[in-house]
Amino acid sequence: MKDKTEPLLSVENLSVAFTTSGKTSTAVNNISFHIGKGETVALVGESGSGKSVSALSILKLLPYPPASHPSGKIFFKGKDLLAASEQELRGVRGNDVTMIFQEPMTSLNPLHTIEQQIGEILTTHRGMTNDEARKRTIELLNQVGIREPEKRLGAYPHQMSGGQRQRVMIAMSLANEPELLIADEPTTALDVTVQAQILGLLGEMKKGRGLSMLFITHDLGIVRKIADRVCVMTNGEIVEHGPTAEIFDNPQHEYTKHLLAAEPKGNPPKLKKGAEVIIEGEDMKVWFPIKKGFMRKTVDHVKAVDGISLQLRAGQTLGVVGESGSGKTTLGLALTRMISSKGRIGFIGQDINSYSFNEMKPLRSDMQIVFQDPYGSLSPRMSVSEIIAEGMEIHMPNLGANEVDDRVASILEEVGLDPATRHRYPHEFSGGQRQRMAIARAMILEPKFVMLDEPTSALDMSVQAQVVELLLRLQEERNLAYLFISHDLKVVRALANDVIVMRLGKVVEHGPAEQIFDNPQTDYTKALMAAAFNLEVTPTGAVNQ
Amino acid sequence: MSITHPDDFVADVTDANAKRPFLSPINKRRWGNFKANKRGYWSLWIFLFLFIASLFAEFIANDRPILISYKGEYLSPIFTDYPEEKFGGFLAVTDYHDPVNIEEIEANGWMIWPPIRYSYRTVNKNIPRPAPSPPTWLMDTDEACKKYAKGADDPLCTYGNWNWLGTDDQGRDVTSRLIYGFRISIQFGLILTLFSALIGISAGAVQGYYGGWVDLLFQRFIEIWTSMPLLFLLIIISSVLPPGFWILLGIMLIFSWTGFVGIVRAEFLRARNFEYVNAARALGVGNRTIMFRHLLPNAMVATLTFLPFILSGSIGALTTLDFLGFGLPPGSPSLGEMLSQGKNNLHAPWLGIMGFVVISVMLSLLIFIGEATRDAFDPRKTFV
Repeated sequence: MKDKTEPLLSVENLSVAFTTSGKTSTAVNNISFHIGKGETVALVGESGSGKSVSALSILKLLPYPPASHPSGKIFFKGKDLLAASEQELRGVRGNDVTMIFQEPMTSLNPLHTIEQQIGEILTTHRGMTNDEARKRTIELLNQVGIREPEKRLGAYPHQMSGGQRQRVMIAMSLANEPELLIADEPTTALDVTVQAQILGLLGEMKKGRGLSMLFITHDLGIVRKIADRVCVMTNGEIVEHGPTAEIFDNPQHEYTKHLLAAEPKGNPPKLKKGAEVIIEGEDMKVWFPIKKGFMRKTVDHVKAVDGISLQLRAGQTLGVVGESGSGKTTLGLALTRMISSKGRIGFIGQDINSYSFNEMKPLRSDMQIVFQDPYGSLSPRMSVSEIIAEGMEIHMPNLGANEVDDRVASILEEVGLDPATRHRYPHEFSGGQRQRMAIARAMILEPKFVMLDEPTSALDMSVQAQVVELLLRLQEERNLAYLFISHDLKVVRALANDVIVMRLGKVVEHGPAEQIFDNPQTDYTKALMAAAFNLEVTPTGAVNQ
Repeated sequence: MSITHPDDFVADVTDANAKRPFLSPINKRRWGNFKANKRGYWSLWIFLFLFIASLFAEFIANDRPILISYKGEYLSPIFTDYPEEKFGGFLAVTDYHDPVNIEEIEANGWMIWPPIRYSYRTVNKNIPRPAPSPPTWLMDTDEACKKYAKGADDPLCTYGNWNWLGTDDQGRDVTSRLIYGFRISIQFGLILTLFSALIGISAGAVQGYYGGWVDLLFQRFIEIWTSMPLLFLLIIISSVLPPGFWILLGIMLIFSWTGFVGIVRAEFLRARNFEYVNAARALGVGNRTIMFRHLLPNAMVATLTFLPFILSGSIGALTTLDFLGFGLPPGSPSLGEMLSQGKNNLHAPWLGIMGFVVISVMLSLLIFIGEATRDAFDPRKTFV
């Protein structure tokens, strides 16, 4: 801010290094930026770029000693925080500068009620009595938009939804009327509709209180919406910074251009007329019983999937969208017979809904699953080639070791990985590379139907685009049928020719992709589209808090 | 991005063609952690040395020579029982401590003795004082050799025939009994641990993997099973069956496997819904393969950490039984029996003291190794 004498926070030549077993690696290298009063600065970059580490070092929250600062100064209101004593820092943390984290599930103590968590801050930092703290807590909860706060005071974190938990986190961080709020990917773990609400809330706070914000994210859409200025980070360095509009309209650095161009793009292949029906479900139901009382009588059901019918042809991609908890994944798992369900499931001419584990075995090679988390879905104790070849052991037991090795090498090449790396372990690879391995594992069995359960949501934006491209190419080459489950509508738009919108186990809207995206019929779909593409909350109230 | 672990920053995938090393990186790190615990690392080497040495106890402490050259013929009495007529006598088995035999062999060749010329069951007939006789070095030469034919000048009164740590109340050499006793304790512990681990891990794996009713029923069964009093059962069974190494092992095994079930079950319960396990199920991989290939490695860390403590526990249990007289058959070299002799012969303190020293050193070594193992497998352990 040129017109003000001194910025609220200024970071000068900050470096962060980590030392493990004698090796030192630099995570952040000589970055400088500043935040003025009432200003929102976004730190943008992909995972591993050092943006979270930079944010954590502002409050010295990194694990020292593995972490150290070879150089740099961090001035907050003229005081160097890096040189400050632990006691001085404690006065700053949670008081002048507060943080909200990505995962609202783990940042709240599960054993304390909402009132205890917020009240504790007020009584310790502000010296309020319990009654005062209670009043203030209700006020804060009101501000962050929790309905009927008086009734929610005694609630435990697990009784609240993800969005509500993040609201409570924000209320906690506002309790001490801080001057700077550091938000570390505060909406990444939330549904698009909730994300829009939280962003709206943060925007209000900024306007109403003159709060300064350091906003860390990988999502450029959010940056455009909320930030005054942007710093683009990659490999621990800030490669470009400037006012938001300037960066978006006229990016200078290669990396920024790359980042801006990284939106998943693509056109799903046109559906051929009269293609073979691969899989269909009729009136599928997955009900989980709720049991109560001594005799464990079934009193009610959680209807995760409640009467859904669908049909999927060769070469077709059916996108399933909806908020978390809408039953998308359950539907996919039921279709692939990973969990039991009611209703007919037809798979290439066979009725498989009553097949046993052993009867399903020969069909498994034709139906494959790619899971969401590429870090969790690959066994850390097996090498890449063992992981990919595991399915062949069962479905093609007659192949010799050389033949198996050849096929592994060729599929790796096909998904864009170096076959020479096949004897390494998954932890040596990045998230995108791992997801390619998971795709290779599914594709090597030459399936006809692949269920993709949020395969891109754990990945960086530019990697998402590459994976979408890969999936499209494979579909075209192999005439695959995809069931694509995702909450990310941008990716669905790039991949799917048909879309099902799900809510609470039921289909809200169903139709060709263009129609759903361009001309949604129901209020719910409209709200979903507004939140996903414009980060806006529709006033109709169709979406849950 | 959230900062998870400093290790995240040092991953490099540059040299793709590098050969896979002997130890995977994670095992290398574990070995490094193990070595960083100096006490445990040294304990491991000392223990390995002692254990391997004790496996060759017959060559260290025995009442037969290792090698005899007799009339141009090489004889190895440790491996073969030679009748005494071979050397001109009449007994069925040669007594190599008999001066007549020794003279005969020395006259026609030579023999190499182990450093200690007593086995665990050899009764020394030449002890100067009534058994338990004190260590030889506590007496002057004349007294120590007074039972030999030529007294202090007798060639048989050599260091090899000394009782370095005295004898027990039946005139048997304490040093020799300690060496054999150490071996049998460790062997018992190792075999018992191995079999308990096999049974316990299988049971825990089945329970954890299938969960539900299988788990529920099995857990109740184990609760009942573990509430049975082990000691009384042992006393009853040992009065019916003749006590021996394997019978004792079997009885202990019936109860000791339950220790493993808890940890393995917990690991399987935790890991059975991991995404890569689901991925394997989606590939059509069978239950048994999933358990072995995907879940067992997860449980192994906890099990391996637990193992040294189970081992020292089994050794302690065997010693207890021997001390109480329900253990190995009479005459066996056992540390518990040594302790009970020490209790009964308070005027011969070398019995109790040496038994105590050997047992405490052995158990301490195992505990130190166990601690280092725990460090090695601790994923959060960082050494800066």
